[in-house]
Amino acid sequence: MKTPKIFAAMLLAAGMGTAAQAETLKYSFQGTLNALDPYGLNETFTLSSLGNTYEGLTRRNENLEIEPALAERWEIIDPKRWRFHLRKGVKFHDGGDFTAEDVAFSVDRVRSEGSDLTTRIGPDVTVEIVDDHTVDFVLSSPNPILHSEWDTFYIMDKEWTTEHDAIKVTSASDTTPNYAGLHANGTGPFKIVSHEPGVKTVYEKFDGWWDTPKHNLDTVEFTPISSDATRVAALLSGELDMVYPIPVQDIRRIESNPGTTALTGPELRTVFLGMDQMRDELLYSDVKGKNPFKDAKVRKALYQAIDIEAIKSKVMRGLSTPSAIMIAPALFSGADAFTRYSYDPEAAKALLAEAGYPDGFSVGMDCPNDRYVNDEAICQAVAAMLAKVGVKVDLNAQPKAKYFAKILASGGYDTSFYMLGWTPSSLDSWNVLSNLMNCRDEAGKGSPFNIGGFCDEELDSLTQQILVEIDKDKRDSMIGETYKISHDNAYYIPLHQQSLAWGVSDEVKLVQRPDNQFKFRFVTKN
Amino acid sequence: MIGFAARRLLQALIVMLVVALLAFTMFRFVGDPINQMVGIETSIEEREALRERLGLNDPVPIQFLRFAAKAARFDFGTSYQFRQPVSELFAKRIPATLELSFVSALFALLIGVPMGIYAGLNRHSPLSKLFLSVSLVGISLPTFFIGILLIFLFSVTLQWLPSFGRGETVQIGSWWTTGFLTVSGLKALILPSITLGLYQMTLIMRLIRAEMLEVIRTDYIKFARARGLPNRLVHFRHALKNTLVPVVTITGLQLGSIIAFATITETVFQWPGMGLMFLQAVQNVDIPIMSAYLILTAFLFVAINFIVDILYFFIDPRLRVGRP
Repeated sequence: MKTPKIFAAMLLAAGMGTAAQAETLKYSFQGTLNALDPYGLNETFTLSSLGNTYEGLTRRNENLEIEPALAERWEIIDPKRWRFHLRKGVKFHDGGDFTAEDVAFSVDRVRSEGSDLTTRIGPDVTVEIVDDHTVDFVLSSPNPILHSEWDTFYIMDKEWTTEHDAIKVTSASDTTPNYAGLHANGTGPFKIVSHEPGVKTVYEKFDGWWDTPKHNLDTVEFTPISSDATRVAALLSGELDMVYPIPVQDIRRIESNPGTTALTGPELRTVFLGMDQMRDELLYSDVKGKNPFKDAKVRKALYQAIDIEAIKSKVMRGLSTPSAIMIAPALFSGADAFTRYSYDPEAAKALLAEAGYPDGFSVGMDCPNDRYVNDEAICQAVAAMLAKVGVKVDLNAQPKAKYFAKILASGGYDTSFYMLGWTPSSLDSWNVLSNLMNCRDEAGKGSPFNIGGFCDEELDSLTQQILVEIDKDKRDSMIGETYKISHDNAYYIPLHQQSLAWGVSDEVKLVQRPDNQFKFRFVTKN
Repeated sequence: MIGFAARRLLQALIVMLVVALLAFTMFRFVGDPINQMVGIETSIEEREALRERLGLNDPVPIQFLRFAAKAARFDFGTSYQFRQPVSELFAKRIPATLELSFVSALFALLIGVPMGIYAGLNRHSPLSKLFLSVSLVGISLPTFFIGILLIFLFSVTLQWLPSFGRGETVQIGSWWTTGFLTVSGLKALILPSITLGLYQMTLIMRLIRAEMLEVIRTDYIKFARARGLPNRLVHFRHALKNTLVPVVTITGLQLGSIIAFATITETVFQWPGMGLMFLQAVQNVDIPIMSAYLILTAFLFVAINFIVDILYFFIDPRLRVGRP
C-alpha cells in the first residue's frame, strides 16, 4: 500500500522539479527558545530545538539508542583511550568543512567558563587529534558511559565561531550578546534562517546534509504559546500542525476533533517524594528532639500509605506509570525485578506504631505547582492519604522559582518532605546515583540533589565501582543492587513516570521520543 | 506657570523614585534567578560564581543605587533569559504593543462614542437598553475569558481569524515592524483589539451617555431649543461638545492603561508585545525585564498625568486665578 504512494510522490516531485510543493511544519511549545548558543543552557527544550541545527558525534534514534552521527564509528582501544572516526565530507551550514579541529575546539568550549553543559565531558579527559578525521579521547580512569550524553553535546565550527568572536560562551552575566547566541551554524538537517527570541524561529532544510533525509519538510516555523487554551485552540483551528504539551483535560477534546490526535506516551522523568534524613530534628514537624524520617519504618509507612493507583486514575487521568524504582523502566533492563510496596494503610499504621508514633505526627511538605504534570494535585492527594494513617501534612505548594530556591542547596535544603522529578540526562543509572543517592555535606558536596541528605556508604562505594565498570552485565547487576538498597530502606518514595501529551494534526507523522525531544528529521507531512 | 510646572515635575520625580524602589525591592523576593538561568544539574560552585558575577551578593542598597543610576540612562541591564540588553528587547516589542493599543483605542472610540450619544438621546428605546446590557457584559467579564471566547468562536469554530500572533509583519526603518500592511497582519489585529478595547468602549459609552443625560437637562440647552435651533445643532454642537471635556481626559488616561495593561490580552493571543514579555519574565524570574517594565509603565503614567495637569492649566481658568 505504502510503496506505490511514495513512488508516485517521488515521480511527481521529479516531474515538477523545484516546483514541488513546499511543506511547512508549524509547531508550538509552551516555553521560549532564547539564546541559540548550544552550550548556554542545559535544558531539554533548548537542546532539543538546537539538535535540529547542530549535531553531536553521536545521536539517538527513535528508540533512544545511540547511533553514529558526526562520528562514523568509534572503538575503545584500551579502557582509557577511545578512538572516534569522524565522518568525511560533512559540511557546516556556511560551507565550512567538519574536521577533528572542530571537535577539539568544541570540547574546549563546552568545558569553558560560562558553559552550562560542562558535565558533558569530564575535566580529566584530554583530546588528541590523530589526523583530520580521527580523534582520541584519553581518560584518567575507565568510563563506559563517556559518550552517553554526547547526542546533546553539539559540535561547533571552529572557523565560524572564531571569525565571529564567539569563542566565549555567552553567560547570563555578560552584557553584550554573543554572535553565537543569535545565530547558528551547525551540520544538522535544518538551518535557522531567522530567530526572534520569544516570538518566532524559522528553520529551513539544509540541502548539504550528509544523511539521507527521511523527512519531507522544507520549512519549519516555531512559535512559543504560553497560554494552554490558546495553544490548543491554534491546533484545533488548523493553524498549527503540532503543539506540546497539551493539558490532560484537553486530550479528549483534541481526540474528538476531526483532523487532530493526542499522542501520549511515557516520559523518562521519575517523580518521587523525598524526606529529610539528615537533620537531628525536622524543621517542620511537631516531633521535637528527634527525626522520625531517620527510621526506615516511618519511611516505609508513608510509602505504604500512598495509594498510587488512585493518584494514577484520579489525579493523572490514567496518564502515568507507577514506578517502583528511581529510574524509568526503559532506561534500566533490570527494572522488572522490582515491585512497589503494596498500598496498605493498616500496615502503615502498624509500622508507625512500631516506630513509636501510634498517633502519627505532623510534617510540612514542600511542593511545586508549575513544574510537573499536576504536581500540586498529587501533593494534595498524598496529604489526604497520609492523614488517614495519622500523619498530618501541612502543604506548602509554590511556583518553581520559589520552590527550588527553598529546597535546593542555595536555600540550605530548607525542607522536611518534598517532591522532585528526575530524568538522568545521560539516560543512565549512574547519573541517578551520583545526583540523588550518594552522601552529601551541608553545602551539597557529594550528591547535590540528595535533598533529604541520607547517607549510605554502600551506595557510595557501588556508585564508584559502577562508574568504572566496563562489563555491561556486571555493571547492570551492581546498578540493580543499588536500587534494591534504596527500595529496602525506602530512602525515597518513587511515585510514577508522568506521560507526555502532544497534540498532532493528522497530516503529520512524527516520532514522540520518551525524552520529550522533538526532532524534525522524523517528521513527514502530506 | 513655571512654578506650577516645576512643582509637578518634582512630584513626578519623587513618584518615579518610589516606584523604582518598590520595583527593586519587590523583585528581591520573587525567587532565585540563578535557578532559572542555569539547568538543574549545574553545580553549586558554578551557581555561586554566577551569583557573584551578577552582583547578587552585594548589599541591597548598593544593588539599588547601581540599578537606579543605570535606569536613569535607560540601561536596564541584560535579560537573564535572553542574554540580550533589556532596552533592545523592549525596543523590539514596543511596536507590537503600540499598534495593538492604538487599534483598540480607535475601536473603543469609534464604537463607544456613537453608542453613548444614541443611548443618551434615546434613553428609553429598546436599542439603548440593549447597548446597556451588552456593555454590562463588557465590564463584568474578565479579559482572558472574552479572549478565549472569541478564539473559540472565530478561530476554532468559524476559522475566520487567527488565534495567535501578529501574522506577517513588515519592517519599517531600523526597528519598527508593522502589521498594518499585510492581510494576515490586519486579520491578526481584530480579535486582540476587540478583547483589549471592550472595557474602554463600555466605559466611554457609559460616560458619554451619563454626561449627555446631564447636559440635556441644563438651561442653555433649553434656551437653545427655545431659540428654535434644529435638534442636530442642539445635540452635536451644544450638548456633545460640552460632554467631551471629561471624556477626553478619561480617554487619555485609558490609553495609558491600554498600553500598560495589555498583558493579559497579549498572553491569551500570544501577541509578541511588552506585556507578554513581562509575563514570561515573571515566570522565569527575569528581574531586569520585570523592573524595566514596571518603571516604563510608571513613567508612562507619570508623563501622561503631567501633560494632563499642564493641559488643565490651559483649559481651566480657575486653576490660574487664586494662585500667587
